[in-house]
Amino acid sequence: MTARHAKIVCSLAAVALTTACGSYSEIAIETPIRPTMDVSGFQRVFVAGFISGGSEDVDGNLETTRLLRSQLRTKSTLRVIDADSLPLQDVASEGRAADQAPPALVKDEKDLDAYSNLFANVEYWKKIGEEYQQPLIVTGTVLFIPHQRNSIVQREDEVYDSFGRRRVVPVRTYQERKGFVLSPKFIFIDGRTGTVMHSTTAREEILYNANQATPALSSYFELMDRVIPTFLSTLSSQKIKGTRVLLQ
Amino acid sequence: MRTATFVLAGLLALAVAPARADARGDAKKQVEFGIAVAQKGLWREAIYRWERATQIDPSYAAALNNLAIAYEHEGELVKARGAYEKALELEPGNALIKQNYELFREINDRATRKDSL
Repeated sequence: MTARHAKIVCSLAAVALTTACGSYSEIAIETPIRPTMDVSGFQRVFVAGFISGGSEDVDGNLETTRLLRSQLRTKSTLRVIDADSLPLQDVASEGRAADQAPPALVKDEKDLDAYSNLFANVEYWKKIGEEYQQPLIVTGTVLFIPHQRNSIVQREDEVYDSFGRRRVVPVRTYQERKGFVLSPKFIFIDGRTGTVMHSTTAREEILYNANQATPALSSYFELMDRVIPTFLSTLSSQKIKGTRVLLQ
Repeated sequence: MRTATFVLAGLLALAVAPARADARGDAKKQVEFGIAVAQKGLWREAIYRWERATQIDPSYAAALNNLAIAYEHEGELVKARGAYEKALELEPGNALIKQNYELFREINDRATRKDSL
């Protein structure tokens, strides 16, 4: 093969490669997600409140009720009922002897288990439903616990050699990390019958360096931000924006 | 005899090759048109074009990839999964199809997450 032929072959190969690499285009898409639950029979939704526990710095009941109501107002077609949240801990203790009542201070998931009867109390929820014109009732439990984990983490260090050349090397170090774990359980109750229609659980965790002081409420909102799409997708259709690559 | 067999095989290959090339060429035209209309937001038309492309040339991974994206956009997640999987079967090493499929799976997992009563 002469030098001229080799040049031609190389040029052709380069053109082919460029064409092959360039034959794609990015496109924006919106994927509609249908709601998990059929809420067509309801016109109103009542976020009734939550049994909450864990960190004392955040009132899980108050914050979750507020947040869900505001999200439902903007992202669902249901009308949100503005009313005081229900005194669920008192209701759960009603008619029980002091030693059989669920713990007033919820520290962990085991404490929350004692409240499971409350959500299965059909008569109570039916009565609430009648009071608020048979809405979809949203209730459940929220556990927001401080969390600590010490582990080996990898960070990158800059190193300069004798010629002054910079290199980045991975270094494994033992680090103390602190944060929170958020474990909400959302229970959807039919206000017409008082029965549980659906429930969904989530678990999200966030960790910071031990010397970083992040307010508990900020961590709570950061974690709820991750959980909210799952909650909303239960009762309203969502559109998830993204980009994909079209090929030729 | 041996030579005759080789010649016959060669002739057959020559006869089939242009037909294949024609199919790919026709399918490519459909794919290109599909891309043009999808970029204008006409996704139903794009689906029609890319379905035609996969009928003309069932081994055309790019057409299947695009079809999967269009199904995704229309919320037809089961069909989207099928199309992505076929595309990856045809071109398992294609990083762009893989990337699209991973992004799709994230959404699909969320949509089909099993919750309890």
